[in-house]
Amino acid sequence: MTPADPDLLFRTLGDPTRRALFERLCREGEQTVGALTARAGVSQPAVSKHLGVLRQAGLVSDRHEGRQTHYAARPGALSALTDWTRDMTDFWEARLDGLGDLLNRMDQ
Amino acid sequence: MTANTESVVVERDYPHAPEKLWRALTQPHLIEEWLMKNDFVPEVGHGFKLRGDWGGVLDCKVLTLEPERTLAYSWDFDSEDPAYALKSVVTFTLTPTDGGVHLRMEQAGFRPEQKQASGGARFGWSKFLDNLDQLLTQEG
Repeated sequence: MTPADPDLLFRTLGDPTRRALFERLCREGEQTVGALTARAGVSQPAVSKHLGVLRQAGLVSDRHEGRQTHYAARPGALSALTDWTRDMTDFWEARLDGLGDLLNRMDQ
Repeated sequence: MTANTESVVVERDYPHAPEKLWRALTQPHLIEEWLMKNDFVPEVGHGFKLRGDWGGVLDCKVLTLEPERTLAYSWDFDSEDPAYALKSVVTFTLTPTDGGVHLRMEQAGFRPEQKQASGGARFGWSKFLDNLDQLLTQEG
């Protein structure tokens, strides 16, 4: 496993419950397992297990403070996803430039 | 970002009539000039292939056809290996402007819920795009 492994990243986010946990950490910042469980709709052990999978994929980090574990989304964790989007954008930018050239030639 | 669907949107303004852009988007010999070899037919439901010079073939089907306004087709990369399978939809939307026409291209369909396809789509696309990069370089 490496944090940059896109296969693992996408497989991890393929689970809707895990994705929802990740989204909450992105939007609301660092939270404890207890706080996440309160609105997760699944048991605390299930939330802990999902967080473990997210951590393994490099999507979240954990911080221990007393008896509590705080989880936070990792900046840059989604780079494989944004790389993909950028690749596709580059492809279409080039194609639509080509389309513009063609349109100019159609005038002649 | 939304986690459900990953889309790519590219927009352009062209100083040409919508009718002319529509022809470039829907006539096979013109499509070949800016996109890929193809057997496109402007009929909803028509299945066609886009063939890259690198040997890759995309399975497509016309989904929406509103002359000079909207063209949408599926854009799938079929593979027995789920790691390389891809399903997406490409939509072209034309809007008349004062000086010509505005084109919006959206490619949508990367869905994390599709565990089989999504896990491998990234790899499928990286490989596919490497080939495309080579192709574009060759074309200059």
